[in-house]
Amino acid sequence: MRFQFKTSYDQDIRLFRDRVSASWYGLLAVAALALPVMLSEYYVGETTWVFIYAIGGISLMVLVGYTGLVSLGHAAFLGIGAYAHAFFLQHGMPWVVSLVLAVLITTASGLVVGLPALRMTGIYLAIATLAFAVIIQEVFSRWESVTHGFAGMPVAKPVIFGVPFEDDRSFYYLCLLFLVLALWLTRNLLRSPTGRAWIAIRDSEIAAQSMGVNLAIYKSMAFAYSAALMGLTGALFAHKIAYLAPDIFTILLSIQFLLLVIVGGLGSLHGAVFGAIFVALLPPVIAILRDSIPDSMADAASTTGIAAIGVVGELIGNFLKKPGVEAGIFGLILVLVILLEPLGIYGRWLKIRLFFSTFPMYKAATFKRQKSYMRSERLR
Amino acid sequence: MLIYKATELVNFAQGDLLMLGAFVAYMAVVWWGLDYWAAFAIAVVTIGAFGALLDKLVLRQVIGQPQFAVVMLTIGLGAMFRTFASVTWGSEIYTLPTPFGGVTQVGGVTLSHQYLSIIIGTLILCGALYAFFNHTRLGVAMQATSQNQLAAYYMGIPVKMIFSLIWAISAGVAAAAGVLLAPVTLIDINMGLAVALKAFAAAVLGGFGSIPGALVGGIVIGLIELYAGATLPDGFKDTAPYIVLLVMLAVRPQGLFGMMTRKKV
Repeated sequence: MRFQFKTSYDQDIRLFRDRVSASWYGLLAVAALALPVMLSEYYVGETTWVFIYAIGGISLMVLVGYTGLVSLGHAAFLGIGAYAHAFFLQHGMPWVVSLVLAVLITTASGLVVGLPALRMTGIYLAIATLAFAVIIQEVFSRWESVTHGFAGMPVAKPVIFGVPFEDDRSFYYLCLLFLVLALWLTRNLLRSPTGRAWIAIRDSEIAAQSMGVNLAIYKSMAFAYSAALMGLTGALFAHKIAYLAPDIFTILLSIQFLLLVIVGGLGSLHGAVFGAIFVALLPPVIAILRDSIPDSMADAASTTGIAAIGVVGELIGNFLKKPGVEAGIFGLILVLVILLEPLGIYGRWLKIRLFFSTFPMYKAATFKRQKSYMRSERLR
Repeated sequence: MLIYKATELVNFAQGDLLMLGAFVAYMAVVWWGLDYWAAFAIAVVTIGAFGALLDKLVLRQVIGQPQFAVVMLTIGLGAMFRTFASVTWGSEIYTLPTPFGGVTQVGGVTLSHQYLSIIIGTLILCGALYAFFNHTRLGVAMQATSQNQLAAYYMGIPVKMIFSLIWAISAGVAAAAGVLLAPVTLIDINMGLAVALKAFAAAVLGGFGSIPGALVGGIVIGLIELYAGATLPDGFKDTAPYIVLLVMLAVRPQGLFGMMTRKKV
């Protein structure tokens, strides 16, 4: 059992909790650096997706998990970043300038959405962002001089200061770099007064305001920062996907990002990364299962001689092949996570860790949450 | 068009329940050869029962958790329903035969009976709901429950049962709307999503928690869409309602008829 004695307030806001955890993160970094050498090209590509989703996850985590503002329209920011970056690249801008411009444009759009958001909370905000996403999606498909509409828009491979990032492995390192930067920047923001103000707003707007937090400024900051990160994600996303079309940036994608932060665990940066691993790797896993389940169950049927196993395998395979099943599986997981583990994967990890570090003394009630039965906004 | 919320339960699966309702009615009419009205009743009752079941199994678990949990839960459920529908009925587009043929001339305006049936159906539905929520003991109990569950429970209201009822009614209304809409929009698995988005726009425009507001909001959204389609360039027809919605939310977030005050401490 490890005790943690705090001798100064600074201990609460250090970048790493202690030497032990810092060295664990160092180990993780080494593993991430060594990964492309050990894996095949395909898996390196999938891991790159994890990184891109993780940056997006951090973006949404800041907004949903830390500031308590629900956005159903993050795919729009992603799209704006992606299209802006692709557009500037096409017009011959250097990569870095193009990226910065894309992020700036996304930030500006985030501020535009954030302004009405200052007066809204909860469900109204979700609907406003949803409406924004619908409008932006329509803009993508109609503004053909910039986005090329449904004809699609090819995105060149990144070339930074004359160094080309042609293959999947070099792009992996680029995404890793940006992920680490995003994590570091966000962590620093969160342990600064800004981050504490965000958390205060999440927990109680009224209390935060009473303590002197300027709601308008901090909410717009959260929106702008989140949009900026999403713009960065969009730029990387554009390179990864190589071909932009308006029907990529649908509500489904926004919901996927929400799923990411919820499954990962609201209110933790670890959660954003865990959720990204989950969301990015689920489609390939479903694809693999789709092919392997009928085969392996057919094998089992022929070895055991029970025909029913083969039939069931065939049924599962056919079910997974149907269009739109993926969305349903995402939905199912979302429902199960909210019902069974509202704190997400990271919450479960904390519980397991606490269980072992306090071994015989673990109490389930430690994580019990306050319930509120009064939720009306209409107080007449 | 629809959405009634005296309950402050925001249901993102509403559109998908609507879609399910339309499919049930389609099955009843085309596969089992039933009468349109029988199919209507079957759809409303099945989906209503389904709503109550949903409440029992799923939504009751999140009572007392932030509203956000309910929102995400219904989004997840909606995705599941769509998958279920696409697996069961495929992605073809169906048409629901109705007894409303012909057209009527009303003061020089030609109205097809199908649209008339939708208008009348909506008016009856909204009127009935309005009367129910404001003038019956049960309706008032539901409003009380949605405002403060604990206080309602102390007053002797069976909160759990009320919740099941709320979900049953809400699902049933969605199904009824689905059946009414089916002849016009045709039935496919995505019909719910489009309608639900517009319904949200209508609900917000009119103000949540106000049934006449929802009706007015719906009419306004419909008119905006029509005029935008007629006068503005292509593409504005679908986005104009949302643009109005955004402006509306920025200027007057409580909606036209809604009321919203800050919590006082």
